[in-house]
Amino acid sequence: MSGFASALDIAKDIAAGKLSAREAAQAALARVAALNPKLNAFTLVTSERALKEAAAVDAARARGEKLPPLAGVPYAVKNLYDIEGVVTLAGSRIEASKPPAARDATAIFRLAKAGAVLVGALNMDEYAYGFVTENSHYGVTRNPHDPSRICGGSSGGSAASVASGMVPLALGSDTNGSIRVPAAFCGIFGLKPTYGRLSRAGAYPFAASLDHVGNFARSVADLVACYDAMQGPDERDPVCRQGPAEPVSPQLARGIEDLRVAVAGGYFAPENAELKEILDRAAKALKASRQVEIPEAGRARASAFLITAAEGGMLHLADLKTRAAEFDPATRGRLIAGALIPAAWVIAAQRFRSWYHDRVLALFRETDIILAPCAPDVAPPIGQESMEIGGVSVNLRANLGLYTQPLSFIGLPIVAAPIARSGGLPLGIQIIAAPWREDLALRAAYALERDGIAAAPIPTL
Amino acid sequence: MGQEFDAERFAAEAAAALGLPIASGDMPGVAHNLERIASLARQVMAFELPEETEPAPVFRP
Repeated sequence: MSGFASALDIAKDIAAGKLSAREAAQAALARVAALNPKLNAFTLVTSERALKEAAAVDAARARGEKLPPLAGVPYAVKNLYDIEGVVTLAGSRIEASKPPAARDATAIFRLAKAGAVLVGALNMDEYAYGFVTENSHYGVTRNPHDPSRICGGSSGGSAASVASGMVPLALGSDTNGSIRVPAAFCGIFGLKPTYGRLSRAGAYPFAASLDHVGNFARSVADLVACYDAMQGPDERDPVCRQGPAEPVSPQLARGIEDLRVAVAGGYFAPENAELKEILDRAAKALKASRQVEIPEAGRARASAFLITAAEGGMLHLADLKTRAAEFDPATRGRLIAGALIPAAWVIAAQRFRSWYHDRVLALFRETDIILAPCAPDVAPPIGQESMEIGGVSVNLRANLGLYTQPLSFIGLPIVAAPIARSGGLPLGIQIIAAPWREDLALRAAYALERDGIAAAPIPTL
Repeated sequence: MGQEFDAERFAAEAAAALGLPIASGDMPGVAHNLERIASLARQVMAFELPEETEPAPVFRP
């Protein structure tokens, strides 16, 4: 079985008896065994659980039961998700000494209920504080399209596992761009839903007022099937939306005739010619009629940076006091600095967030979708410390979230979509909608995919 | 603030208030990060907001 079969095709074949869930799980485990030594995406392979979950699907089918939507579909999760009986690492060495999780994270619990089969946990930047997945404890995760380059972060293992075809679905988390940046670098689709849409219970936090969970796939239909399966209220996450799930799958093929599409100008207008070209192509395909200016995006990014640093630093303060040397050198200085930020700066950033939120939401009275670049360039080589943006050399780690950070700052739902290219490394765009309108962004992504504008390239590994 | 912000001195004093020891080897990284944070904070603090603008710790549409 090809590693690039879609999740929905696998589920269909299993439901039809053309493939057993056990065969699908074994094939995924074999691909992980073959490819992971080259890419270092997995930090744990849960073979026993995978085969047990697959056996349950096969048994249900043998009994003649109607199978749930993702029955037998292999998937993997960023290693900050709680997996029952497994120690949740969140990319750190410190957490490795903690007890195993007593229960699955809500997202995993719901995917298990939908029949999906968990094959393992995936590498990330320590405590999700980074965009590179160059982890000093667990190694660097390599980009399937060029293993000498990074796959982005912090959900780097998640993106690499899907882009390489090891699994069709993976879960990640996004505080400032940690789903969207790796999706762009690895040429796959990523969804960062509205803040509060999906339960974060059992996902190790980073900056609670900005944390989102979300997912990756190679097609929009797969992305949506996984997203729909995770929706619904959850008393374990105080931020999680009350009220019933709003499944998008039935809406996907509705087309885009009724959608007003705009392109973000100013701060978001890329100087990079390749980025400009893919953005223009997507805008044309979606019949974008105008440009909008997202006001004060630079200040929004600065505010998100302050809140992230302060909340992240505070979260780890106890460990910073007693075992600072065990942190990844890449995150240690940032977390300590974050813990020391004066309260006035953080509260000012939160007040600005309120102002900015109102201004940006006003734009959605006149448009349904806003398009913007995703990562500022193609994936950089491993170990690179600076990059050029607009002809100026800037710190790489601090700037990979240039286009993503001002948008997650106010929780907007965003699809990261890879734009098909005739050569070169993957590049992606952000398809942005108003809060709680994931359906619109996903319909636009689906239309781009249908027209051949958006597609996940198959790497030659 | 501005030119006279001494990140190392600030870090040492604020860390003492929190009871957070900073290893000497970590201090340059901490100071470097604080300088970046301070420069971002200047951008945020320079933006005048109406008094009635409340913080948005939780995003509500």
